[in-house]
Amino acid sequence: MVETALVRVAAGYLSGCAGLSRFLGPFFRFLPTGAMSPIAQRSTLTVALIGNPNTGKSTLFTALAGVRQRVGNYPGVTVEKKIGSLNLGGRDCHLVDLPGTYSLAPRSPDEMVAVDVLLGRRDDAGSVGAVLSILDASNLERNLYLLSQVLELGLPIVVALNMVDIARSKGLKIDVKRLGEQLGVPVIEVQANRRIGVAELKAALVTVATSESVTTPAPSPFPMEFQREVAHLQSTLTARGTDDGAGQSPLPRYLVERLLLDTSGYLQNTLLANGQANSMRVELEAARSRLAAAGFSVPAVEAQARYGWAERVLRGIVARPAERVVTASDRVDRLLTHKLLGTLVFVAAMLLIFSSVFVAAEPLMKAIDAVIGGFGDALAARLPEGPLESLAVDGVIGGVGSVLVFLPQILILFFFLAILEDCGYMARAAYLMDKLMVHVGLSGKSFIPLLSSFACAIPGVMATRVIENRRDRLTTILVAPLMSCSARLPVYTVLIGAFIPARRFAGGVLQLQGLTLFAMYAVGIATAAIVAMLLKKTLLRGPTPPFVMELPSYKWPSPSIVLVRMADRGWSFVRRAGTLILAVSVVVWAASYYPHQAPEVESDLAPKRDWLAARGAQLDENTEERAEVEAQQAEVEHQIAAAYQRNSILGRMGRAIEPAVRPLGWDWRIGCAAIASFPAREVVMGALGVIYNLGKGVDVGNDSDRDRLAGRMQAARWDDTGERVYNIPVALSIMVFFALCAQCASTLVVIRRETNSWRWPAFTFVYMTALAYLGAFATYQIGMLLPPF
Amino acid sequence: MTRLADLPVGARGRVSSILGTDELSVRLLEMGLTPGVEVAVVGTAPLGDPLELELRGYRLSVRRSEAARVQIQI
Repeated sequence: MVETALVRVAAGYLSGCAGLSRFLGPFFRFLPTGAMSPIAQRSTLTVALIGNPNTGKSTLFTALAGVRQRVGNYPGVTVEKKIGSLNLGGRDCHLVDLPGTYSLAPRSPDEMVAVDVLLGRRDDAGSVGAVLSILDASNLERNLYLLSQVLELGLPIVVALNMVDIARSKGLKIDVKRLGEQLGVPVIEVQANRRIGVAELKAALVTVATSESVTTPAPSPFPMEFQREVAHLQSTLTARGTDDGAGQSPLPRYLVERLLLDTSGYLQNTLLANGQANSMRVELEAARSRLAAAGFSVPAVEAQARYGWAERVLRGIVARPAERVVTASDRVDRLLTHKLLGTLVFVAAMLLIFSSVFVAAEPLMKAIDAVIGGFGDALAARLPEGPLESLAVDGVIGGVGSVLVFLPQILILFFFLAILEDCGYMARAAYLMDKLMVHVGLSGKSFIPLLSSFACAIPGVMATRVIENRRDRLTTILVAPLMSCSARLPVYTVLIGAFIPARRFAGGVLQLQGLTLFAMYAVGIATAAIVAMLLKKTLLRGPTPPFVMELPSYKWPSPSIVLVRMADRGWSFVRRAGTLILAVSVVVWAASYYPHQAPEVESDLAPKRDWLAARGAQLDENTEERAEVEAQQAEVEHQIAAAYQRNSILGRMGRAIEPAVRPLGWDWRIGCAAIASFPAREVVMGALGVIYNLGKGVDVGNDSDRDRLAGRMQAARWDDTGERVYNIPVALSIMVFFALCAQCASTLVVIRRETNSWRWPAFTFVYMTALAYLGAFATYQIGMLLPPF
Repeated sequence: MTRLADLPVGARGRVSSILGTDELSVRLLEMGLTPGVEVAVVGTAPLGDPLELELRGYRLSVRRSEAARVQIQI
């Protein structure tokens, strides 16, 4: 209550500054909507777009509002808030995209959002002046179920009849004019993917929104007995409401119906004040048993009433062919869900997507790295050496690079996912993989997000939006970073190459190095399975969500939709996660730069460097001596860099934790590298390069760099005992640590964005780091007990 | 009376009732599995579960455990 009051006060204050908001408006266009909605939505007309999933709703949204939209979250829930602007007859309007749903029957805060927005019960969404309801013409009966609920809200409505072409291919004939007459609202035929009918749709919206006549809720489709109970409850609630003196406006008829229909208790607790909820429970249960006795038991009564209404509306309006037409979609489906062929196609499709993300992204990422690196070098040449140069080059430009470097993977993956989604295969993939995922307490919908995470957890986490169930979605998000992403691969290959002997088993079929690599992936998968099962039994426990899922008709994907969706995801990552990742990069830079003092540099290395520089200048170019001096110069430079690194805040932390990492078999250098890679694991090789005096630019893609790094690691010895640091258990312990650890600030930032809370990224970080430590500990200790290999 | 989960692939029948009042029952009803509606089992996923159904002119996927809630008259 206090919160709402505050919002109202703030809204009132801000609407007083309308001139200011008009002035500032353009600058805030890309801010999350929550920041400015109270100002903008008071005066403008808001149109809400609602419809079933797979009806082309987001395509229609883009056709009406263009690609420019403001995306944010509704506070306290994981529902995305998407608002576009729309010009209706010279008037600027807001178009709110409500989440796709089959029914307006909320049982959770996430599902409540759409109802609250439509009924004007949310201060952050303005009041809805008109509803645009999109229907799939090829599937009218089921689509009318949701429409029958929307019609009861008493808002001006326009219906967009989409996918008429698919209906035609099914042999359906629809009398659109009579449909409009039957429904009592304008029905406009559209083909959203070809932008056909959009102008007519806008004109119809203008007409209903500017109409003087007051829209009343449509007559209730429920039987008389049910309507009587609703009327009775409504008057009871109104009477009690005034007794309490709460001053709340009476509940609209639709919510009273929902109160009677919702046996889960969610609405009782949400809509009614504490005292009322208890007394009303008795009344509601009495009403339900009276209805059951009369043959109208809850919840079946709603479906029967609404589907009965839909069948009556469509009688004589939709003509079906006498024989069911076997469409191309049916034939494709028979192949793609076939036991053998369907599985083969699925595996092939997944391999294609996965390898494209892996392989095609690689050169693009290298190119981005090169461009950013070149830019950094150019800037470094122009700035005087010192903290400013280092901040600009290593902090800011390096940070921008660490945001952009994820873009190729995100864009390529969402290119394929948008195709799968638009052509109707996404639901089939979930259908095919469901049984496999049920074993770990998830559903088939989690498969593709988790598979994507093998390339990169960021698009994987973003792809979980297809999972409607909150607990399933959270579980998938929380285990996605355990999949070994492409950034872990260099760690595995370098350590395996340097420390795992290239032996063969079983007549040369099995090879130890390959097996070790496989084992690292398996460690991640097995841990993810166990963690998912545990989460679903503890923190995210709840009833198994239904897997009752529509399998939409297949259609050709539309290139423009695919491109828009891909660009949308890429842009949303850069805009919503990018700034935070950049900030993290600058903090990390500071920790690895400051205090930028190292006594050995002043006393020992700096004079040596100066002496070598002077010596080199005396020698002729292209002589062996000169080359020798230059090599020594480089070595000294690397030692200086290493000395600064060792004395930086990060380096000191690495040394301070040596007692903690010793049980893992690590010396302070490995600890340092591990700490340095917490913000982004891909820096570990560069960090090791600096620590082992090879300089910053170690590139493990380059064979000679990799060999040099491996050589330094093989030669490393403990400072106190002089024994070799690395052996097989140590190498395995490092790999297991990297396999399980949450060393990616970007992933954590994206989890924050997707879950709308810092709690979940914090949880992910803590549980993964703990698992990584324990896993590495167990690996090393058990490895040391076994006889040497 | 039999359960939808027990119908072989290719069989059709009419829904007579949905058991239960929980979220799953509500979802089955909302998706159109109401008493009196005709439903056909079109196929199963390669691993044997879930089922692919056809009803009201569209395709729906449900797990066997969920289809066990649906009573069918053949």
